[in-house]
Amino acid sequence: MTRNKFEFESNYRLLESKLAELRDLSVTLNCDFSNEIAKVEKRIAELKAERYRHLTPWEQVLMSRDLERPMTRDFVELLCTDFVEMHGDRLYGDDPAIVGGIAVFEGRVVTVIGHQKGKDTKENIVHNFGMPRPEGYRKAFRLLKQAEKFSRPVITFINTPGADPGVGAEERGEAWAISQLLLGLSQLQVPVISVITGEGGSGGALALTVADRILMFSNAVFSVASPETCASILLRDVKRADEMAAALKLNAVSLKDMGIIDEIIEEPVMEPLLSSQSFTQSLRYSLKKHLDEICGTEIPDLLEMRYQRLRKIGRFHEIQ
Amino acid sequence: MFKPSFKPKKTYIDLSAVKKTPVTFDTREGNFPCPACSVWLSEAEKIQNNDFCPRCGYHFAVGALERIYGVCDENSFTELDAGLSSLNPLDFPDYADKLAKAREETILMEAVVTGTAAIGGHNVAIGAMDGRFMMGSMGSVVGEKICRAIERAAEQSLPFIIFCCSGGARMQEGMLSLMQMAKTSAAVGRLHAAGSLYISILTHPTTGGVTASFASLADVIIGEPGALIGFTGPRVIEQTTGQKLPPGFQRAEFLLEHGMLDLIQPRLEMRSLLVRLLNVHQGGNHDQK
Ligand SMILES: [Zn+2]
Repeated sequence: MTRNKFEFESNYRLLESKLAELRDLSVTLNCDFSNEIAKVEKRIAELKAERYRHLTPWEQVLMSRDLERPMTRDFVELLCTDFVEMHGDRLYGDDPAIVGGIAVFEGRVVTVIGHQKGKDTKENIVHNFGMPRPEGYRKAFRLLKQAEKFSRPVITFINTPGADPGVGAEERGEAWAISQLLLGLSQLQVPVISVITGEGGSGGALALTVADRILMFSNAVFSVASPETCASILLRDVKRADEMAAALKLNAVSLKDMGIIDEIIEEPVMEPLLSSQSFTQSLRYSLKKHLDEICGTEIPDLLEMRYQRLRKIGRFHEIQ
Repeated sequence: MFKPSFKPKKTYIDLSAVKKTPVTFDTREGNFPCPACSVWLSEAEKIQNNDFCPRCGYHFAVGALERIYGVCDENSFTELDAGLSSLNPLDFPDYADKLAKAREETILMEAVVTGTAAIGGHNVAIGAMDGRFMMGSMGSVVGEKICRAIERAAEQSLPFIIFCCSGGARMQEGMLSLMQMAKTSAAVGRLHAAGSLYISILTHPTTGGVTASFASLADVIIGEPGALIGFTGPRVIEQTTGQKLPPGFQRAEFLLEHGMLDLIQPRLEMRSLLVRLLNVHQGGNHDQK
């Protein structure tokens, strides 16, 4: 990626600029260092890539929130054809923080539902920064029931700071809308696959992540609460969010260890996700592979497995 | 239209009368003020009055066992899954100390007590959360115990009754806590499929991940008078949105008005309501197949 996202980048910038100086000087003084300079250049690029491969959990949180990351509509455009977007919950309104509809993926008609943030502040006001209101959850629920009626598998894309924390959302039963999705997805009579593509923020993200398979991008996060919230409640100091990001074990590697997600899709280093062919290919391949597997399973078996994968989550001590 | 205060039931002293009575300040050591009307009480007065303020009817928080004993037939409660205790699966800073302190203060192993009991002669699976134990937050153990209680109810065709009281998912267990929302909701799905009656009682406060999972998936959802019920806590809403909160916001009466609760029932009349509901549901399993 091009612009400075992290403080550590300035170190590499400094090295690069010193190297440029050396290159200029070598031309002025008529000494040929081009081989040596190319070597150092390569080494700097390697070090930088290496650093990007080892982002701290807090850096991953920032990365996951990057508005340059593709959102649901981008993934639909990349992976599917014949997308028809559906709007509204048939109860109150349409929520632009969640988009959904039908499309064709690898020859299969699927229902696609996911969070949608804006690419800039103006767009983000329309999309409410990707924070769904009850209408969004109820629209999702309606589209899931529609998928069930037509035996269409469901793909969800997760990227939200969380459910909308507003007065209106409370008045219209946000908690009720989320709980109905959790129960509804756990019993939905079609295969469901979720992809956590960015910020997996608390219950607002979980509401669309009850699935037969959960894939996760390597710099995406999924957390019980934002590191800032944890820091302000538990440490009474929001500036220590980076400590909480590490303590919460919210990245893909930790969640795979916990058995919460199934597969990590490696993100390219220093390259926009959708510009990287190896990334888009592995996303497409993994989605297809898992979808083929779950679509080949009898629905009662699938529902039993979906139940059991949730049922076994939790760590505790027991004495008889 | 929204009415800011709840209508006092017959067991309550009329709120309008309260304002006319001068507040007494018997502030001797050990006494404390009622959070609603500021009258000073002793622990003995509070207990004598069944954990209500004798002046304004304020419902003081009660522990999980008191809740259960308050509605069940005498000597009918058997605690189950009492041997479950929390680990510190993420090695989260200070969590072990907080658990130890909560255990010491509450003499409970965790924030929920579950088991079987009889209410008005009907066998039930029952649970009660305890807000004194780390704010009733739901981690692995709370989720597991509630899940087992629900599954037991489904298997044995028993009704399931739960008193909710929680600040939400327990941060210190990270995603393991959040996933308990999905786990308990899925279990409720099986309970409904089994045809068992499910009654959820939302007490003060019920917020966050508990409200957004099993708590609001019941056949009958009952609120306690004045209980704070919602998803996002009122302070966070105010801070993040700058919105002014309407009067009575997120109180049980407000939720009733907005269609989220079936009814509000004062604590002293809870048992009689549960007996009535169990009677009309013929013991709570209505599977008429
Ligand atoms: Zn009082």
